[in-house]
Amino acid sequence: MEVLQLTNFLAAAVRMAAPLLLASLGLVISERAGIINIGVEGIMLMAAFAGYAGSKLAGGYWYGLMVAILVSIAIISVFAITTIKYKSQQVIVGAALNMFCAGLSSFLYRLIFYNTGRFDEGIAAASFPRISIPVLSKIPILGPVLFNHNVLVYFSFVMVAVLWIVINKTSLGLKIIAAGEHPKAADSLGINVLHVRYLATIFSGIMIGIAGAYLSIAQASSFGEGMTAGRGFIAMAVVILGKWSPIGALLGALFFGAATALQLLFQITGVEVPRNIIMMIPYIATVVAVLIVSRNKVGAPSALGVPYEKS
Amino acid sequence: MKVIELNNICKAFGDNKANHNVCFNLKKGEIHALLGENGAGKSTLMNILYGLYSCDSGDIVINGDTVEVENPSKAIEHGVGMVHQHFMLVPQLSVTQNIFLGMKETGLFLKMDELKKKVAELNESFGFNVDPSAVIWQLPVGVQQKVEILKALMRDAKILILDEPTAVLTPHEVKELFGSIKKLTKSGYSIILITHKMEEVLDYCDRVTIMREGQVVDTLLVSEADHDILAKAMVGRDVCLDRIIEPQESGEVLLKLEGVTVLNDKKLPAVKNLSLEVARGEILGIAGVDGNGQLELGEAIVGLRKIEEGTMNLIGQNTTHAKPRTMMDLGMAHIPDDRHKKGLVLDFSIKENLILGSQRDEIYHNGLLMNYAKVKEEAERMVEEFDVRPRNIELTGAMLSGGNQQKVILAREVSRNPEVLIALQPTRGLDIGAIEFVRGKIIEERKNNKAVLLVSTDLDEILTLSDRIAIMYKGEIIGIVPPETPVEEIGLLMGGIKNKKPKGGEPDESQV
Repeated sequence: MEVLQLTNFLAAAVRMAAPLLLASLGLVISERAGIINIGVEGIMLMAAFAGYAGSKLAGGYWYGLMVAILVSIAIISVFAITTIKYKSQQVIVGAALNMFCAGLSSFLYRLIFYNTGRFDEGIAAASFPRISIPVLSKIPILGPVLFNHNVLVYFSFVMVAVLWIVINKTSLGLKIIAAGEHPKAADSLGINVLHVRYLATIFSGIMIGIAGAYLSIAQASSFGEGMTAGRGFIAMAVVILGKWSPIGALLGALFFGAATALQLLFQITGVEVPRNIIMMIPYIATVVAVLIVSRNKVGAPSALGVPYEKS
Repeated sequence: MKVIELNNICKAFGDNKANHNVCFNLKKGEIHALLGENGAGKSTLMNILYGLYSCDSGDIVINGDTVEVENPSKAIEHGVGMVHQHFMLVPQLSVTQNIFLGMKETGLFLKMDELKKKVAELNESFGFNVDPSAVIWQLPVGVQQKVEILKALMRDAKILILDEPTAVLTPHEVKELFGSIKKLTKSGYSIILITHKMEEVLDYCDRVTIMREGQVVDTLLVSEADHDILAKAMVGRDVCLDRIIEPQESGEVLLKLEGVTVLNDKKLPAVKNLSLEVARGEILGIAGVDGNGQLELGEAIVGLRKIEEGTMNLIGQNTTHAKPRTMMDLGMAHIPDDRHKKGLVLDFSIKENLILGSQRDEIYHNGLLMNYAKVKEEAERMVEEFDVRPRNIELTGAMLSGGNQQKVILAREVSRNPEVLIALQPTRGLDIGAIEFVRGKIIEERKNNKAVLLVSTDLDEILTLSDRIAIMYKGEIIGIVPPETPVEEIGLLMGGIKNKKPKGGEPDESQV
C-alpha cells in the first residue's frame, strides 16, 4: 500500500511537471536568445482553449494540438514583431498579452460553447490517452512513474535531450547564446540577431502551445476559464531555477510537479489543514525556490529583455 | 599594390558630417595608421569599410574590384576583418566557440576537438599562445585581444582593422601586440590602425593618414613625420603641453587633512594616517602608481568615502564627516576620475548635466518648478565658453566624445566658482586637444587664486601642472618634492624607495 501510494505520487509529479517542462523548455530557448516573455501565462491559456476547441469541434486530440500550436504561434508572433522589430518593452507587451488572452479565452469559450448545443453530449473533448510503453512500463515503481503517460510527456522528455544538444553542440546554439549574451558581437560576425530571436521566440511559441494543449486535452478533457492558474509564471520560475539550461528546467519542473502532486495528495488523504493553505504549496515553493537560487548571482543572459538595435 | 581604396566617402548623421569626401588607401603588407582626435571620423570610416554603416556616397575598392559592403559578412568575404575597441567576444563562451561563432564552415554540429586543433594550429603559426578551451571572461584583456585577432585570421582576413587596440593594454601588452602585428605584415597581411596616440604611429607604423572633423588632412610616410607635424595636423593648430606655470605666491591653507585613514572597497586601509595641505593659488599634484590609494583619498576628500580616522578641514570648517553637498556649498568642486559613472548622468541632456548639483540654486527655479529658460541660457553660455562640441545642449551626455564630456564636467564645476578644486585623473583617455584644454582650465583656476588638488597617474601631467608634488605609495605620502626634482628620483619614490635626505620645503609627512 505504501509503495503504491509513493508510485502514484511520483507518477502524478511527472504528470504535473510535463506542462511546466514543455513551456519552460520553450522559454529557455527564447530567454537564451535575449527575449523575456511574461506573456507565457496568457498564451498558454489561449492554447489550452484552442486545444480544447480544436479537439471538441474537429473531433480529435491531434487536431486540438495543431490548433493550439497555431494559435500560440499567432499570438507570440504579435509579441515577437512588436518587441523584436519595433523594440517595444518586452515586459509591457507580455503583460498586455496576459490580460488580452485571459479575456479572449473566456469570451470565445462562452461564445462558442454556451447555449449553442455543443455541450449537449457533455463537455468532455477527446484527449490524449495514456500509452504504456511495452516492457519498460512493467518495471516496478519506475515503470508506472516514467513509462505510463501520454505521448506529450514522452515528447517533453525527448525535447530535453534535443535542446541540450542544440544549445551545447551545434552552431545554432552558439548563435542563440551570442544573441542573448552579446548581440552586438553576434552582429559583427554576420549573424542576424533579429532572425535568431524570431526563430527562438517562435519555437518557444510552439512549446507553449503544446503546454497549453496539455492542460486541456491531456491532463484534463475540458477547458476552464483561467485554467493555467499561474503555470506560465511558474514555468518562468523553472527557467530561473534551472539556470537557463534544459536539464535544469527538467529538474525544476519535476520539483514544482512534485509540489503540485503533494498538494493533491494532501487533498486526497485529508490532512487536517485548511484546503486553501494546501493549495498554496506550489506557489509558496515557487517563491522560496526562486529566492534561494537568486541569492547568488544567477547568470541570466546579459542582454535578456534588451531590444537589439543596430547603431 | 593597393589592397584597399576608399574614394570620396561621405557619411552624415543628421546634420553632422562624420565623413566628408574621405579618400584613403592601404598597400599590401603595410601598417597604416588612421590618426585623429576622438570624433574626427576615423571609426565611422572603418565601420563603413567593415559594413557596419552604409556610406551616403563614395566607392569602396578592395583588391581592385569596386564592391558593395552591406554588412560585416560581406566585408569578411572580401578578406577584411575588424578588431573593435570594445571587444566583440561573448564572455560566457570559450575561445574556440568565440572564434567559430557564426562561421558557416562549421556546419550544424560542432566538432569541438577538431575546431580546437585548428585554433591551436593558428596560434602556433603566429606565436599567440592562447588556450583554445579557456572561457573568455577569465582571460586578461591582452589575451582577449589576441582572440579577436585570431577570430579575424580564422575567417581568412588578409586586411585587419584594429580600432584603438592599445586603449586597454598595459605597456608590456602593447609591445607584444605590435610584435604580433609586425609578424603578420611580414606574412602578407595589411593592417589599418585606428589611434589617437602619436607615439604608436611614430614607433610602429609605415604610413599615416590624419583625419580632422570628418575630413582627411594629409597622408604621409611615417619616416617623414614627427611629433609636431602630427599634432598640428590632428588638432589643426600648434599644441602646447609644456609647463607654462608662472611662479606665484600661495596664500592661506584652504584644504587640510590630518592623520586621515580611509578604507577601500574590500574594507582594508587604502589611505593610512595621511596628512596634507593645499593652499590658495597652488596646485598640489599627487603622483603615484595606480592603486596606491589615490582614488580612495580623492573620494574621501569629496565626501564619497568615509574618513575612518583623522580630520579634514575645508576653508576653516571641520568637514571630516560632511556630506558632498555641504562641501559643495562651502566651495569645493570635483572632477571625478570616472566620467561615465560619477561625472555625468549619461541619459541626461547636456543642459541638465551642466546644472547638476546647482538645481537648487535660486536662479534655476521659481518656487516649485525649474526655470528651464534660465537653465538653457546658462547652459548655452557654458557650452560656448568651454567649447563643447557639438553646441547642441539637448544631446544626451552619452552622445558626446570623452573630451567633450570632460568639458561639460569642467564647465559645471568651474562655473560654480569654487575655492577648492579636486581634479582626479582629469585627462585620462582624452585626446591631445582636449588634454590641452582641460589643463589650461586647471591652470586658470590656480591663477584665479584657487586651491587645486590634482591626482594623476600620468607623471608628465603632474610635472607639467604642479607647484608641489606629493608621491603616494601604499596609502601614504612618501615624500613631497618640488617640480624641478629629477624624474628618476620621483620614479624611485613612486616605487617606494625613499631618498635619505628629503628635498623640498615641506617636512616629510609620512609617519608610520
